[in-house]
Amino acid sequence: MTVTRAPAEALSVLDRPNSYIGKTVPRPNLDRLLQGRGQYVSDLELPRMAHVVFLRSPHAHARIVAIDADAARRMSGVIAIVTGRELEAVITPWVGVLSHLKGLKSAPQHAIAVDRVCWQGEAVAAIVATSRAAAEDAMEHVSVGYEELEAVTDMRTALDPATPVIHASLGDNLAFERTLDAGDVDQALSESEVVEADFVFGRHTGVTLEPRAVVADWNAAEARLTIYQGTQAPHMVQNIAALHLGLREAQVRVICKDVGGSFGIKVHIYADEMATYALSKLLRRPVKFVADRVESFNTDIHARDHRCRGRIGVGPDGTITAFEIDDLTGIGPYSMYPRTSAIEANQVVNLVGGPYATANYRARARVVFQNKNVMCQYRAVGHPIACSVTEGLVDLAAAKIGMDPVEIRRRNLIADDAYPCASPSGMKFEQLSHHASLTKLLQMMDYDALRAEQMALRASNIHRGIGIASFIEVTNPSAAFYGVGGARISSQDGVAVRLDAQGSVICQTSITEQGQGSESLTAQIVGSVLGVSMERVRVILGDTDNTPYGGGTWASRGAGIGGEAALQAAKALRENVLKVAAAILQSTPAELDIVNDSIVNAADGAPRIELNELARTVYFRPDTLPPGIQPELMATRHFVPRQYPFAFTNGIQAAWLEVDTETGFVTLLKHWVVEDCGTIINPQLVDEQIRGGVVQGLGAALFEKCIYDERGQLTNANMADYLVPMSAEMPDIEIGHVVSPTQESELGAKGAGEAGTAGAAAAVANAVNDALRPFGAIITEIPLTPQVILTALGRI
Amino acid sequence: MSAPVPVSLLVNGEPIDGLVLPRLNLADFLRENLKLTGTHVGCEHGVCGACTVRIDGEIVRSCLMLTIQAQGTSVETIEGLSDNGEIADLQAAFRERNALQCGYCTPGMLMTAQDLLKHPSVPDRQTIREHLSGNYCRCTGYQAIVDAVEATARKRAERRA
Repeated sequence: MTVTRAPAEALSVLDRPNSYIGKTVPRPNLDRLLQGRGQYVSDLELPRMAHVVFLRSPHAHARIVAIDADAARRMSGVIAIVTGRELEAVITPWVGVLSHLKGLKSAPQHAIAVDRVCWQGEAVAAIVATSRAAAEDAMEHVSVGYEELEAVTDMRTALDPATPVIHASLGDNLAFERTLDAGDVDQALSESEVVEADFVFGRHTGVTLEPRAVVADWNAAEARLTIYQGTQAPHMVQNIAALHLGLREAQVRVICKDVGGSFGIKVHIYADEMATYALSKLLRRPVKFVADRVESFNTDIHARDHRCRGRIGVGPDGTITAFEIDDLTGIGPYSMYPRTSAIEANQVVNLVGGPYATANYRARARVVFQNKNVMCQYRAVGHPIACSVTEGLVDLAAAKIGMDPVEIRRRNLIADDAYPCASPSGMKFEQLSHHASLTKLLQMMDYDALRAEQMALRASNIHRGIGIASFIEVTNPSAAFYGVGGARISSQDGVAVRLDAQGSVICQTSITEQGQGSESLTAQIVGSVLGVSMERVRVILGDTDNTPYGGGTWASRGAGIGGEAALQAAKALRENVLKVAAAILQSTPAELDIVNDSIVNAADGAPRIELNELARTVYFRPDTLPPGIQPELMATRHFVPRQYPFAFTNGIQAAWLEVDTETGFVTLLKHWVVEDCGTIINPQLVDEQIRGGVVQGLGAALFEKCIYDERGQLTNANMADYLVPMSAEMPDIEIGHVVSPTQESELGAKGAGEAGTAGAAAAVANAVNDALRPFGAIITEIPLTPQVILTALGRI
Repeated sequence: MSAPVPVSLLVNGEPIDGLVLPRLNLADFLRENLKLTGTHVGCEHGVCGACTVRIDGEIVRSCLMLTIQAQGTSVETIEGLSDNGEIADLQAAFRERNALQCGYCTPGMLMTAQDLLKHPSVPDRQTIREHLSGNYCRCTGYQAIVDAVEATARKRAERRA
């Protein structure tokens, strides 16, 4: 590990005896999941619980002429069949726009379609029955008359005058457009070698192994709705459910226990989930919805579907003079609620060219409507596109002037001593470490030896390639992300810590757990700061009734924001505990410390009183405390970044692979990542976040694509045809770190959840082009399927 | 839809007599009738491996099998293998190596890994990867899982030696 900044003070609150910070410790409570005793929403059953299935449109665009459910209503087990028109009386529609994305427009979306369906898979009616099987049986007897409308499917023609406008009230199919012009791009390009290419990205989806699942339980007697949902943002769900059901937030409780994968898929508000809340209220009983796999493919948000024209200018010495992009993306018929579907394109504009010291940058991004499933934020939002375009262009520029890909990066990456600084798109960088990361990467992969191996193997017709991709990552988002645009999505998080009557610690946090290790990092921080062993710290999360208010876990914010709140809360509790201890021991707080669950002398570490004894005195024998002492063995603190809108991190990846030029198959041989997420709380958890993220990026690079036909039909909505990475095709991934803590928090942690996904596809694409260099083939499209590769080689 | 039919089988060593619809698949029977929710349903078409259970010693995708096909067999689920201690070492290796994140694939992954680990030889990494190649994990990227299985295989071989 390379540390770029020395800690500000010699002994911080984290740098204490028996600190868990920077140590690999197993996550608490893993046995529950290892023994099949997790509590996922799909496992949940409540008394009188009904099951809902949704009859979904087979057409991409159609008018609903008639719905006949009479026969179905008479079937055994059927409780209700509800149309969009009927549900409208219970839940209001929404429009997915935010004011800081200027010009973004969308149309009202209903929980269940009213009059018209806009994508294949949109719900047309809800069938509620005593079992899912009974509901599915009845669904087959609901008949819907449709009048098919022309479907808008190709993003490239969505804005043509001849193309129908999906929402007449909006005037056209343009949801959002952003332009940026920094420096003097024309001048720079006129004095440079210019290379350009069209980059094409497949439509991906998250494929969480547990599909989206919700149980909504309206208790009419309490006038309260309890929502059990696998979500990343419980307070956001609470706010939105209350808003559209006409309730106060206090009437809605959101509980989130174990979640079978999220990756950004479960941070949005879906129409069918809103319908489930409304059905529970309408029917006055618990209603459960679990998407099946076909529904997941047709209705979980999709992402990435971009076509981006990129240009780069390069001088003879390798200086990159300018970047220019024209990005186009199709987001489906609605901007998703409440985070909107303009964020990914907006991020692409923000991030292209981000690692480089190039001042000239021009960008245009257009976001258009189409009759396909909705698109929205999925792990590493915009980063893989920006990184693939940037790094693809940099490699093309290097090839144009005959320079090694490493050398061109060395000459253009922002210098490690240039911070703080800003990018041409206005992104503020506190401290990045591109050069230290590059140096470390080259050591780890033994770059020169790999190049020699590559050359030697080419002689025997074996074509291997090396691909490198530098990247920046948005983490720890402040209110700049959503709050300033009017969304009620908290950017601050809170943690409450209390000492119980046996000297153990209960910690309630507003961040959530989907397997990243939120619970572990919270317990590690609280245990370290307090001086309490981790086994004595119990973390409670995922319950709006029982945690402080906060954002949850998304956009790589849990450790950096929730972790800092935990640190500050633990510090406050520690101070309170030491005050009481001083009173009991007739000492002063400064003379005491807490180590290994006991109060000790700060000077010599001699034990004075165990925490359980202190707690016993406070809770059961307060009469023995000196007069005037009112112990507060609970403390709550909140944190939100204020100085920087985002805590940018950086990193670099390398791929080593072999292309079979006869079959077009790519074999991944090895992958390396060097990443700088600031203070590392648990090295193993950080590395595993990165590995998992890389593999998601590798899936995008080689396999994943939602394939629509020209009528807007998703043709591969199952796991046999939508390919995801499986263990046999994946390489081992080696990870290194550079550490540049953020000074904005005492903890110094930045995020790491999206670094892997940000750069993996770019590294693979560059490696494939590197392997194919002897053939003169250049590919700027993912997924890199055998068909794409053989086509580029002119073999098919 | 035909009438319910009787079925008798052993589940984790306990004799079970049930009356089930012929169309009820084994995964739903375990989860909904017996409340053994450790067997997870991910794709319902035999691709993801989350519903893997053991029937008469062989691993099977319980979403692809009807309950009535399990008549007279002995079915073992993650709950059974956890409680009898058979995979305690493998579970410890998963915990140690953080070979799970969301945990949804984990029961099926453990079932499949144990199937490989029953063989006496120590498998190499590619063999482990091939054996687990029908079990989908979106979180880990697989490397930690391969590490945990490899470590368990070595430890078991040492104990045998």
